[in-house]
Amino acid sequence: MSWWLPPAASTFAGDIDFLFTLILVITGIALVVVEAGVIVFAIRYRARPGRRAFYTHGSAKAEVVWSAVPAVTVVILGIMSNGLWTKIKGRDSVPAGAYPIGVRAKQFEWRFTYPGPDGQFGTADDFTVRNQLHVPVGRPVVVHLTAEDVIHSFFVPEFRLKQDAVPGMDIQAWFQATKVDSLELGCAELCGMGHYKMRARVWVWPAEQYAACAQKTSQEFIDCLRPSPALGMTGGTGS
Amino acid sequence: MTSVAATAPAHGAHHAPQSFWRKYIFSTDHKIIGIQFLFVSLFFLLVGGVLAMQMRWALGFPGKPMPGAGLLPETMATNGVILPEYYVQLVSMHGTFMVFFAIMPLLVGVYANFLIPLKIGAHDMAFPRINMASFWTALLAGLLMFTSFFVPEGAIRSGWTNYAPLSARPDLSGVTIGQQLWCISIVVLGLSSVMGSLNYITTIINHRAPGMTWFRMPLSVWALFITAILGVLALPVLQGAAILLLFDQTIGTHFFDPVAGGQALLWQHLFWFFGHPEVYILILPAMGMVSDMIANGSRKPIFGYHSMVFAIIAIGFLGWIVWGHHMFMSGMNPTLGSSFMISTLVIAVPSAVKVFNWLGTMWRGNLRFHVPMLNAVAFVAMFTIGGLSGVFMAATPVDMYIHDTQFIVAHIHYVLFGGSLFALFGAIPYWYPKMFGRMMDERVGKIHFWLTFVFYNLTFFPMHILGMGGQMRRLYDPTQYDFLKPQQPLNQFITISAFLLFASQLLFAVNFLWSLKRGKKAPLNPWEDNGLEWSLPSPAPHGNWDRAPTVYRGPYEFSAPEAGNRDYLPQHEKLPTDREPASATAPAAGH
Amino acid sequence: MPHATATADLMRPPFPAEPGAGVYSSKLGMWVFLASDVMFFTALIGTYIILRFGVTEPWAQPGAVLNVPLTAFNTFLLICSSVSMVKAYAAIADGKKYFLRAVPGKTLRDGGLKFWLLVTMICGAAFVGVQVVEYIKLVGHGFTPTGYREGSLLAEHAAANAVRYGAATGGLYGSTFFSMTGFHGFHVTCGVISMTYLYVTKVLPEKYSAQDYRGIEVIGLYWHFVDLVWIILFTIVYLI
Repeated sequence: MSWWLPPAASTFAGDIDFLFTLILVITGIALVVVEAGVIVFAIRYRARPGRRAFYTHGSAKAEVVWSAVPAVTVVILGIMSNGLWTKIKGRDSVPAGAYPIGVRAKQFEWRFTYPGPDGQFGTADDFTVRNQLHVPVGRPVVVHLTAEDVIHSFFVPEFRLKQDAVPGMDIQAWFQATKVDSLELGCAELCGMGHYKMRARVWVWPAEQYAACAQKTSQEFIDCLRPSPALGMTGGTGS
Repeated sequence: MTSVAATAPAHGAHHAPQSFWRKYIFSTDHKIIGIQFLFVSLFFLLVGGVLAMQMRWALGFPGKPMPGAGLLPETMATNGVILPEYYVQLVSMHGTFMVFFAIMPLLVGVYANFLIPLKIGAHDMAFPRINMASFWTALLAGLLMFTSFFVPEGAIRSGWTNYAPLSARPDLSGVTIGQQLWCISIVVLGLSSVMGSLNYITTIINHRAPGMTWFRMPLSVWALFITAILGVLALPVLQGAAILLLFDQTIGTHFFDPVAGGQALLWQHLFWFFGHPEVYILILPAMGMVSDMIANGSRKPIFGYHSMVFAIIAIGFLGWIVWGHHMFMSGMNPTLGSSFMISTLVIAVPSAVKVFNWLGTMWRGNLRFHVPMLNAVAFVAMFTIGGLSGVFMAATPVDMYIHDTQFIVAHIHYVLFGGSLFALFGAIPYWYPKMFGRMMDERVGKIHFWLTFVFYNLTFFPMHILGMGGQMRRLYDPTQYDFLKPQQPLNQFITISAFLLFASQLLFAVNFLWSLKRGKKAPLNPWEDNGLEWSLPSPAPHGNWDRAPTVYRGPYEFSAPEAGNRDYLPQHEKLPTDREPASATAPAAGH
Repeated sequence: MPHATATADLMRPPFPAEPGAGVYSSKLGMWVFLASDVMFFTALIGTYIILRFGVTEPWAQPGAVLNVPLTAFNTFLLICSSVSMVKAYAAIADGKKYFLRAVPGKTLRDGGLKFWLLVTMICGAAFVGVQVVEYIKLVGHGFTPTGYREGSLLAEHAAANAVRYGAATGGLYGSTFFSMTGFHGFHVTCGVISMTYLYVTKVLPEKYSAQDYRGIEVIGLYWHFVDLVWIILFTIVYLI
């Protein structure tokens, strides 16, 4: 089993992992300081006959230090986080020319609408596939999320991407896969008793193969994207 | 009681003997009401724990029959295997019971009621009858909630947060009456909470004994005061939201259902606008009581009393402007996300001040590790983990990954179990003598503490790892996902630890119940503390004091040089150098 | 408990204590309760604002569905009741426990607490009555908490003039209208009941005096608050 984050498979996953690690180091230091303090003080200052505690009401100097250090740290963390946040989820963060895919979540399945040969979303050649998300590697993909009934959440751990799909809202989220792979997509928001099985497969295909297959529609598109053993991919597309 | 009269201000003997019903059931005595809350909320704590055990079984051993599950009806488990529709009820009701009917009433219902008048030197609450009504409405709310397991379709299935439209649409959630009971119960509980908080605020402002100035109040009273303000302002918002949700289910309105123009996120905004102050309702009183216990155990004044007070106020204030951090992934405007991130990170500052000041209090102390002190120190150690893991969620990009995973589950339990519940495991034995006149057993208490501490960490720490591995929360069967299958042994480990953690609580239950009748008789001031409550006999009589005590100093004058040979100096003890406070001699109004 | 001292002294609890807020406990308690009630109405009004300004379709125009003149009269009634509440308070502060008493040299007789509080109660009860009549007429017309009832006169109007009647947003309109005004009406009803209780148990037996009229002051606070909420509701629900 893994004791760490799953392998990173999107362009921003590395940045998120870096931030995660940074916070882990900073909070780890704080944790060691506090817990060491607790343990050392508990042993060193335990009650012994004849001892008397040091009578003090505190020290303004010490308190300024231990307010200022966390304050500065969180401000820096906040600025760093905000930059990355804006890059991934900000209003205008979706890269130009991103390949659009519609995602319609419902109890308890995912419906993916592909733009068809014209590459345009919302035209007559769009087609919909259940529980199969096919994306090209190395090209930004923007998913247009919505939900039919209740709130669901689009979560691909390897992409480090999570975004709720809310009925009545059209929410965009983008990612760019970095390697050809077969992954899982899960629902992260309790959406009813079948929440646990609301799962879909994500296939990341070589760009050329994807571009070629994207000229077809519907079942032909799926058939075109047969997994090739040479790519080290597991699982069939027929699930 | 006569033996104590020499040191204690005269206590209430002017109350005529009362019948059993007046004295223990329909009592207006704040102490009895606190004790009533204690028994009821410990029962609901047990309920919440039993629900958690079933949930843990399903997570650790999905699809396997649970021992004893044969007792469950067919609608909950078939052949002993917990059904998914029951599992989501377990998830939802565990949260509901623990938050609304265990931790909140244990901290506020029990200790705000019991401690405020005793610690500020008042005879009772400002409005004793409203106080009694507050208990009875809380009990009614709890029973309504409990009933929802036994109605057709069972209890709610949309999490304790009841996100709409799942909660608003019986056709989608599959639950009708249970959901309505949830809403009604919450409205009733809100009434109880407002009545209680109104009392606490008024009592603290108007009924402090002469000399009990604002900055001589113990930190527990300060924390309960801020908590009461949060309660009085936050609960009505949830009440309003619950009423609208009830309308959506019953009379066909569409506040939260986008099908007819409503907004799904509106519920989340209302819920978390209440919900984040609620989180502080669940931790501030614990912080206050831990401050009392750590100062006592360290035999030292609290380090930086004033900044502790300001930190409580700051946390209480910031609690109102951070609710959006529960909604980073909800599709809320990302710019709002940025501002909520900043306000959330800022909370790290007052929290850090508190933790370091507790450490500062222990520094160069003369530490007595009685059971309350052990638990209070564990609170500091565990709350720190919970607080630090919060930084991960506050950082929005990281939250993109860990939001709605087991990492969050670990975080909330490090704060609410590692924090609030450890504080309570300290507070219960600490004030037990003043409640029941007897001591809880110290040795059993220590064994209980160590077992709880170890199994608690073995249960909840690995959840961070699960969350890092990407395991979503509220999954009935994690093995549905290929990427989660390798993590299953850790899930089993957690489940076994959780069962051992639950079993360890038996020691606490036995100790608590056994000591009621058989515990060592409690002296007046068993912990050698400074608080006013320790000037009263154990148990304290109805009406507390005949004459209001007079307060000459702050609550944490441990090891003060003027205390002489002792290492404590009670607040009401007059030294030759002390002057009478002006309010002690001011003429009182007609009685 | 006879209070020989003046109300100023009743500010303090009947035992030695630190200086508190400078107001007696029941008044302070009422202030705290009103703060919580503000939050309750904030939830309802906030919901209304978010839903109303979140929709893209037009919202019904003022006066299209609701009877504004009738409600304006009702608003006037409630404001009158606030005035009479002030008169009741002033009367008992001057020790006027009576109903009406002739004043030499004046044609109008002077009202005491019993008179002015009764006027307040009647105005409050009339407000609730008018609101009930309004509800009945609205529902009969086709305006319900779930929107414009199918087949009703209102639904026909809405079909003919979608913009004026906000045909697409009728459901939200009905939901928010009835929840906000309904809970306000509930508050008025509670106020009238409380005043009636005080009237029977305290006012008629003349238990209030110039020295102690705390109950009147406390219920007065509540009453003015309910009045204020109504003025806000009337503005945002009926006029805008």
